[in-house]
Amino acid sequence: MLERALKGSPRYWAWIGFLLVIICAGALVWINQLTVGLKITGMSRDVSWGFYIAQFTYLVGLAASGVMIVLPYYFHHYKPNKHMVIFGEFMAIAACIMCMLFIVVDLGQPQRMLNVMFHPTPNSILFWDMTVLIGYLSLNLLCGWVCLEHDRIRLPHPKWIKPFIIISIVWAFSIHTVTAFLYQGLPGRHYWLTAILAARFLASAFCSGPAILLLVLKVTEKVTTFRMPKRAVATLTKIIAYAMAVNMFFFLLEVFTSFYSNLPGHMHPLVYLFSGVHGHHELVAWMWTFIAFAVISLAMLIPPKLRDNQKLLPWALVILVIATWIDKGLGLLIGGFNPTPFDTITPYWPSGKELMVSAMVYAIGALIVTVLFKIATDVKQELGNSQALPCGCSSEDDDCDCGTAEEAEAEEAPAADAAEATA
Amino acid sequence: MKNNRRSFIKLAGLAAAGLCVAPKATLASGGGHSPVKAGPKAEHAKRWAMVIDTRKVHTEEDIKVLQHACHSVHNVPDIPTKQNIKWLWSAPYEECFPEQQNPHLDDDVKGRSYMLLCNHCENPPCVRVCPTKATFKRPDGIVVMDYHRCIGCRYCMAACPYGSRSFNFGEPRDYLDLTKLNTDFPTRMRGVVEKCNFCVERLAKGLQPACVEASDGAIVFGDLADKDSEVRKVLRENFTIRRKPTAGTEPSVYYII
Repeated sequence: MLERALKGSPRYWAWIGFLLVIICAGALVWINQLTVGLKITGMSRDVSWGFYIAQFTYLVGLAASGVMIVLPYYFHHYKPNKHMVIFGEFMAIAACIMCMLFIVVDLGQPQRMLNVMFHPTPNSILFWDMTVLIGYLSLNLLCGWVCLEHDRIRLPHPKWIKPFIIISIVWAFSIHTVTAFLYQGLPGRHYWLTAILAARFLASAFCSGPAILLLVLKVTEKVTTFRMPKRAVATLTKIIAYAMAVNMFFFLLEVFTSFYSNLPGHMHPLVYLFSGVHGHHELVAWMWTFIAFAVISLAMLIPPKLRDNQKLLPWALVILVIATWIDKGLGLLIGGFNPTPFDTITPYWPSGKELMVSAMVYAIGALIVTVLFKIATDVKQELGNSQALPCGCSSEDDDCDCGTAEEAEAEEAPAADAAEATA
Repeated sequence: MKNNRRSFIKLAGLAAAGLCVAPKATLASGGGHSPVKAGPKAEHAKRWAMVIDTRKVHTEEDIKVLQHACHSVHNVPDIPTKQNIKWLWSAPYEECFPEQQNPHLDDDVKGRSYMLLCNHCENPPCVRVCPTKATFKRPDGIVVMDYHRCIGCRYCMAACPYGSRSFNFGEPRDYLDLTKLNTDFPTRMRGVVEKCNFCVERLAKGLQPACVEASDGAIVFGDLADKDSEVRKVLRENFTIRRKPTAGTEPSVYYII
């Protein structure tokens, strides 16, 4: 099926070329990092993990999120998700690979990384994180590929794949739980030392992940004939709204526990992040942006009228993604290391080179998503599954009540403009 | 016939795979091994511990002397950025004991500088999290590093509640005076974590740790399991505290206040 990725429009190739340029530029910086060491980053003795590990953590959420499409389809036989499943699985593949790459670029001695397998250490959560990530990647490769291949040759999905799909659904929860365990079992890091961290990770994953997936699929709709069924979109948006509400609820639980107990260790990271201590206010503006964006996204997603407005939806999702990224991709790491074990503040900000290497990893992820989604949409187009109708509906919409094609096109035009402005 | 050949190839393949995996599996099941071999005069203990008399070493200058003794014998570079490397250093009371703050401490205790180093915990979180067993606890309680196995993931630095670990972000030899190296102890390469090793290489030769030797009796070092040892005697006779007792790590470094 891979050959389908080799036939594309000039626009497709321009996009691939653009990603390759970013990958090459980032790779040059990475080679520089390999030659001189991690001193090119903004990390320090006190803040010994930074942007790389933060992105890893955020992307584990993206990897786990595909399950919000897969689970309703396989556990609840929710038919509208039928032709969306493959995109959740393919997104998970790209996210897993990005996670692994972010770990690799963060290592001081990457050529020794196989030591984790040569000297397996079950008491280290990092060992288990490697295990669950490799497992989840393999499961998604297997399930995604086998199902799409059978679709392509017009055969029903084989029976033997079902157990693997069920395992992969359960496995999705494990990857983010184990990633939270990386943090929440460390005795000196109060911001992470909380039993709710794993639950909060899952909640933020199940809002931010599907949000990113929906945004990518909206772009996919613009550049292919694929069209998501309306009901699938509506359900996924509802899941995003609930998950974001739960995520913020868990955050408020943290705030209550910290401040009502008045325990200094629990309060200090939050105070540093949201109001600054010892004259350090580096993250205050960011963290309040997170709160403001979280509130705005919830305000746009909870009222059904706003939530079902397809012109507003991309904006709500972008705002939600920014909010969760600040929370988990920035605040979580810096708040975990500050205050330091000496109750002092060591500011951290990623260096330009660190961002370049990160851009390389993100571009590799985007390349994988592009190629895999290209294959999947090609197959769907060939089979006529989930295709855009002239009226703007999806061929899977059984409640399409659109009028004549001309009227629908007149309606469609402003929507297309709005979506283009978003992109 | 065809079936026989196929099953033979299958068996042979399995056997070959087993032969490849078996030695690795045996190796993997073993713990890390200390690179230091004990000499005939070596000091032995069940649990090494250190008591620092902060009434005697309490100024930055005092601790500078100890730091110099430690850092020169272990080839620790002096890097002037926040990506620095420290095995032994000094800090004021509130940084050393942030959980035992008291707004009205007596001027003497408040004004002192305190010597910080790896606590060689009984329950070391760094050992618990290390994914390669590059950091491990020896039977005598000392927590050491295998610089050749460390992959530089820095999980141990996140896990240490005492900020005792340093990472070689760059090339450490760039910051060392190569003419004054201690050739009996290795320099490190970039990309690995390092920390105080309670001078295992000196104990193996029957010597006391470098900082203890330079402290002129202000630091006592000995076997915590031996009730007649000097550390036990000093601990019996003086009030001591340890850093962050709530972390449950059971440090082996005690401070006489």
